[in-house]
Amino acid sequence: MAKVKLMDIAISRSGDKGDSSNVGVMAKTPELYEFLREKLTPEVVKDFFKEICKGKVVRYEIPNLRALNFILHDSLGGGGTETLITDAQGKVHGLAMLHMELEVPDKLLR
Amino acid sequence: MSDKKVLVANAQGFWGDSMLGPLRLVEEGPIDYLTFDYLAEVTMSIMQKQKARDPNLGYATDFVKLVGRIARKCKEKNIKIIANAGGVNLKACLAATKKVIADQKIAGVRIGIVEGDDILGRLPDLIASGEKFSNLDSGEGIEKVRDRLTSANVYIGAKSIADALAQGADIVVVGRCTDPTLAVAPLVHEFGWSMDDYDKLAAATVMGHILECGPQCTGGNFTNWREVPDLARIGYPIGEASADGSFVVTKHQGTGGLVSVETVTSQLLYELGDPKNYLGPDCIADFTTIQIAQEGPDRVKIQGIKGRPPTPTYKVSMAYENGYKILGTLCISGPDAVDKAHWIADAVFKRMEMHGAPIPPEMRFLELFGTNVLYKGIAPELKQPHEIMMRIGAKGPDRKKLDILGTEIAPFVTGGPPGVTGLAAGRARASEIVGYWPALIDKRKVKTSVTVEEV
Repeated sequence: MAKVKLMDIAISRSGDKGDSSNVGVMAKTPELYEFLREKLTPEVVKDFFKEICKGKVVRYEIPNLRALNFILHDSLGGGGTETLITDAQGKVHGLAMLHMELEVPDKLLR
Repeated sequence: MSDKKVLVANAQGFWGDSMLGPLRLVEEGPIDYLTFDYLAEVTMSIMQKQKARDPNLGYATDFVKLVGRIARKCKEKNIKIIANAGGVNLKACLAATKKVIADQKIAGVRIGIVEGDDILGRLPDLIASGEKFSNLDSGEGIEKVRDRLTSANVYIGAKSIADALAQGADIVVVGRCTDPTLAVAPLVHEFGWSMDDYDKLAAATVMGHILECGPQCTGGNFTNWREVPDLARIGYPIGEASADGSFVVTKHQGTGGLVSVETVTSQLLYELGDPKNYLGPDCIADFTTIQIAQEGPDRVKIQGIKGRPPTPTYKVSMAYENGYKILGTLCISGPDAVDKAHWIADAVFKRMEMHGAPIPPEMRFLELFGTNVLYKGIAPELKQPHEIMMRIGAKGPDRKKLDILGTEIAPFVTGGPPGVTGLAAGRARASEIVGYWPALIDKRKVKTSVTVEEV
């Protein structure tokens, strides 16, 4: 096992819808996708974003794209048109997600 | 099967995107359609504010400037333009577009518009006829905001834009339509797809979704940004569509940027909800059926997309008056920059009390940029960085009261702790908060009309 940042095994993109943001995570290989599908549960992601996301986290699977899509409800301080926070549209939530540290089996990293 | 290809480019992905995008696309290689996507939720709010101040505004003014610069070239090369530049004031946008073409003395340009997305004036009748317009996110009833509504626009589908193209329009301007519709319409027109050929409509919808943010699929905002060459000359995206619904995402040769499975997939994930149910006005696209592969350098092939019939409703985007907000900034240097910021913030809100205009705690806002606010709870909070930007503000129903707060920020450059600077932007002023109210409407109650005229 090796401790790696999600940044080393995946890429991401985030956007906004109302007061929710979405974070899409794409694994670098099909094997890593299966690994992330197990590890990145909605509970894990909610806990990771607990100071940003005030609502629930919903997850969708897109295996053909090796991707998981997370909806972070109530995470933009009222939404793009209302809030005063700098990241009013969740633009950096995707990159924030990639700061997560994971213990990954060595064979998946080769 | 015909081997005809239709090349649809996105020239601007939002209102404020680089003016060089469209200028380069018409020069640097072949395209058939140039689309301009302007209408984010935030943008509609800004346009709403502008129209309230000046009845001749409320649309994407950049579009009109650009038409003045590219219309002649587009006419020569037979490049058609489709834009949701009308915003909340389609009539004003049309008038300005006609004028700029007339000023250039370009003859024989046919401009089409699609009307019917603006339902604000019809709301009383529509509500009386049983439309609920409940908030799609919160479920709340429309009564909550009914007397404060300032706009209501339906996200219209591709058919009427395709009709305008069929009537010979060189330029089609619409108000509100979904972003992908700008790409669906030309393909429906060119390939003669039936509006119940849902796999094809879904494929075009996915193509439109990829293109809609301009260079965000050609290497912009990409995690592995160091892999992206020549950012200054990043290529704007082109969808090279075939009659069978498959398409290639690419960019003009010799431009910067990167089109790879990763850059395109990144954009597929942007603003995505339930991937099996990507709702559009003309179909439901299933993102879990997308097959994606690198076909060559800067060429990504997409095929296999399945679609289903659309819902019986259109989405409606409404705006309402929701009070005011103000935000001022000060730059504060160390030592003890964070402590100084809190001293100043406390003093600002005390002075509001001294003005007889107290701000309740829940309406106050303070963000110390530089302490890791963007990654709150994720990257460790920096306790005393050597410089920060203090963003201080408030929300409330009383504009005049908030404007007083704008006068009590600058005084702390001379009357606060040492090391406070960065007032270049001047005194902050309160602005309207435009609330966003997404809802649904029965499709049978929306009638669009197409007008094409020659300038």
